[in-house]
Amino acid sequence: MSVNTKIVDDMVANGVEFVTTVPCKQLAGVIDEIDACEKIYHIPSNKEDEGMGLCAGAFMGGKRPAIIMQNTAIGVTINTLVTLTQYYRMPLPMLISYRGELGEPVACQVEMAVHTKALLNQLNIPTYHFHKEDDVNELDAILKYTFMCNKPVAILTDASFWKGY
Amino acid sequence: MIRSEILRDIAPIIRDHLVVCNIGLPSQELHLTDDQPTNFYMLGTMGLASSIGLGLALAQDKKVISIDGDGSVLTNFGTLPTIANNVADNFILLIIDNGSYGSTGDQPTYAGKKTSLTAVAKACGCENVVECSAEDTGKTIQAALDSNKMTIIVAKCESGNVKVPVITMDPVVIRDRFMKAVQA
Repeated sequence: MSVNTKIVDDMVANGVEFVTTVPCKQLAGVIDEIDACEKIYHIPSNKEDEGMGLCAGAFMGGKRPAIIMQNTAIGVTINTLVTLTQYYRMPLPMLISYRGELGEPVACQVEMAVHTKALLNQLNIPTYHFHKEDDVNELDAILKYTFMCNKPVAILTDASFWKGY
Repeated sequence: MIRSEILRDIAPIIRDHLVVCNIGLPSQELHLTDDQPTNFYMLGTMGLASSIGLGLALAQDKKVISIDGDGSVLTNFGTLPTIANNVADNFILLIIDNGSYGSTGDQPTYAGKKTSLTAVAKACGCENVVECSAEDTGKTIQAALDSNKMTIIVAKCESGNVKVPVITMDPVVIRDRFMKAVQA
């Protein structure tokens, strides 16, 4: 089973029915699988804070949401994470492409990568780092944990996990 | 007419529906005028009332009215293409357009100058976009509710604020009360 299929299967198995995405090259495969999945409403958003608003609404409407985005989005969404997702205590699994790690060809991506974990730590957001393919086996437990505690949770997925671009 | 007068006017019409209300004075005014469990007050996060409302409308069948402002829509301009391309016929976006950032001291917005949010919404692909005067806001909302079509309403009004207290309700209480009303 491909990593992309495994991710989407775990989302479906955990009742995730509403997924918003802002694309990244590393995430192209999983976004295609989300789009093709009949059990998930896929709503691309134009900016990640907009996507978190959509997810907050979907959650209050009774659907479990998730967001798929790049780590640069942490810079865009801090206010939304703090004053919406955390303040109103809502769950939000964030599957994040961790650009700027080993294997990265674009130097500028490293500039945000060096801040990513520090920012998530500062925000008290539980953070998991998928580096090897087998790390995906933790996703099911991470999703259960997210919806148990009603918090945003970050899953950083680097180039080694995705086997390059 | 100013925004607080519009909110007082439309309260009896929106009372029976799910309402997502914009940050700052709009939420404070609605809370003072007609607090309902069906109201979700935004205490922070400028710009996301339309996104929260759309997500809520797509997730369940009850009618949802997002009360937004021109300044907030300008902050989250990407919302209009998303709304246009993800039609939820139980969703109404009410943009109270007073041409100013009311909660921060009535600084002018570009919507009060050259930029028409009605034209922008249409250009983004929204199919039912209605611009109305402040006085006609109530009957325009009622017509949109009766049409069962996703509608964007741009209600043009004067800028100006009344003194209202801040909302002291805990955010988790607001959210929990609202979710129970959604499920009721």
